[in-house]
Amino acid sequence: MFAYIVRRLALMLVTLIGISIIIFVLLRVVPGNIVDILFDAAGFVDPTDKANLEKELGLNLPIYQQYLNWIGGLLHGDLGYSYVSEKPALQEILPRIPITARLAALALLFSASIGIPLGVLSAVHQGSRLDYALRVVSLSGLSLPSFWLGLLILMASVSLFGSMPIYNPNPKTWTEALAIYAVPAMAVGFRSAALTMRITRSSMLEILRQDYIRTARAKGASEASVNYRHALKNAILPVITVIGIEAAFLIGGLIVTETVFNIPGVARFLVEALRWRDYPIVQNLVMLIAVVVVVANFTVDMLYAAIDPRIRYGD
Amino acid sequence: MSEARKDDTILEVKNLQTVFFTNSGLFRAVDNVSFSVRRGETLAIVGESGCGKSVTALSVMRLVPDPPGRVVGGTVTLEGTDLLSLEEAEMRQIRGNRISMIFQEPMTSLNPVMRIGDQITEVLRLHQEMTSKEAWTKAVEMLRLVRIPEPDRRAQEYPHQLSGGMRQRAMIAMALACRPALLIADEPTTALDVTIQAQILALIVDLQKRLGTGLILITHDLGVVAQTAQRVIVMYAGKKVEEATVEDLFENPKHPYTRGLMASMPAVISFGAKTDARLNEIPGMVPSLTNLPPGCAFAPRCRLAIDRCRAEYPPLQEVDVNHLAACWRATELVGAP
Repeated sequence: MFAYIVRRLALMLVTLIGISIIIFVLLRVVPGNIVDILFDAAGFVDPTDKANLEKELGLNLPIYQQYLNWIGGLLHGDLGYSYVSEKPALQEILPRIPITARLAALALLFSASIGIPLGVLSAVHQGSRLDYALRVVSLSGLSLPSFWLGLLILMASVSLFGSMPIYNPNPKTWTEALAIYAVPAMAVGFRSAALTMRITRSSMLEILRQDYIRTARAKGASEASVNYRHALKNAILPVITVIGIEAAFLIGGLIVTETVFNIPGVARFLVEALRWRDYPIVQNLVMLIAVVVVVANFTVDMLYAAIDPRIRYGD
Repeated sequence: MSEARKDDTILEVKNLQTVFFTNSGLFRAVDNVSFSVRRGETLAIVGESGCGKSVTALSVMRLVPDPPGRVVGGTVTLEGTDLLSLEEAEMRQIRGNRISMIFQEPMTSLNPVMRIGDQITEVLRLHQEMTSKEAWTKAVEMLRLVRIPEPDRRAQEYPHQLSGGMRQRAMIAMALACRPALLIADEPTTALDVTIQAQILALIVDLQKRLGTGLILITHDLGVVAQTAQRVIVMYAGKKVEEATVEDLFENPKHPYTRGLMASMPAVISFGAKTDARLNEIPGMVPSLTNLPPGCAFAPRCRLAIDRCRAEYPPLQEVDVNHLAACWRATELVGAP
């Protein structure tokens, strides 16, 4: 087990190095850097000014040199300076992380706490009206893009309550804080909740047919105990896989949701930085997302072994 | 049976009817079946696959999957209580406590993500006032009782770490943990190696004697019946076609179907059959339960069938002392080869 974890960690490092190269190259393949964009806006271009600025930002160096500078800096905890604000990138990114982390955590919590029980309910009452209703709702969850759902929620809250929760960096009460985060989290988590529900349902249907479920009933266990204690624990593995994948997808959903709800999180910041070709910000943010995804995958695999005794990672 | 003392009877099933509603129509999986089990007695239910043996057992447990199945008639009385009229919550108090069941497939009948000890503990805590520690001690004791070596360690293990025979022993430990009045064993040895089969069977019978449990043994193996049972009922196409004591049945089978079953047993070399002789078989197939013939369901496969057999269903009647059979020609066949 220990050797396995060490090997996995080494593999994670290799993956991250690969990702860093891909991010770096892709960014520079996109036509135009920040200097082009600035000078385009100015209209008149003096080639020496342009060259000076590129030199100042280090954009005149060969691409591998630029890459090594970035990675070298990363290893020292130096993420470079934002081209736009000219502040250290770390200073720009760090305060935004908790905002997005709260949103993402709430969204995942929402999708798991709604999706799993409803999936169980749907499976247990297979073929009933409740089952059909839940499946229709989940289908809508899969087909509604989160930004549109976000807009709908905003419009609905304005027309119903005359106002909408607006982001406030220093909420006074915890209810206000919850309102600020919960609504966008639900908008972005609805899709995951729907997917989680569907996977839970199909996995549960498979498990409920197993012999050991009949054994549990023959022992005199209650329906709740049969469904949750016996069946769900066996049915949960595919659900965890999906939630793990959804954790990665969530970032994509958050980009639009943060924009719609005007929340100054990491995801919206990434899009802004991309518009300016603010390389240090984009590179480091995408790296951060990559780390989150890789860690989520690792956590899912570890959870597998924790839940199912038949899964053991040998050497 | 009739002369059985009332207080000795733990289970009395009368005119049990279980039907299944399927796309191809309604079929009677259990049709008007009656039997009783006395304390410490072993009743064997014999028949081919699909004859309604397992559904009979599940009906007694009230575990027939609904839909598509439902018990539509009859009474099931356990120690004076009519099980079919109980609320589901009351029935749960009975299951695992007064009646337990062992299933055919030990490989899949235990929950793969729960430790063996926890699975036994669960049944104890459901039905008896016990702390988790007391229940665990009792669970280990039960594992020792079913002769699992190193019960302390095994209780900590998960089902996949145990062999098939071990798992069936653990199932037996679970089933007997609350000292039930009745144990239903649904083909408990079918999925096991031949060498293990005999051990498991001996274990069940031994524990049954020690604990005074009534046992319903469902099997298609007449060899098992001969070794363990005191009384036998033979089922065919959802109906009981013959009932007798085990000696009576083997010496003097009355129903042609029972005779067919015995003739198709491979282990009858002692009867003087030639060893290279072809095994006897019952020609034809079990009829589809959705499309039963009007008369005796066995008539299409029966060499002795007469016109009456095809037209009218024979009633179950006493053809000998304590020997019931449902065959128009049963009395003629007494003593016939």
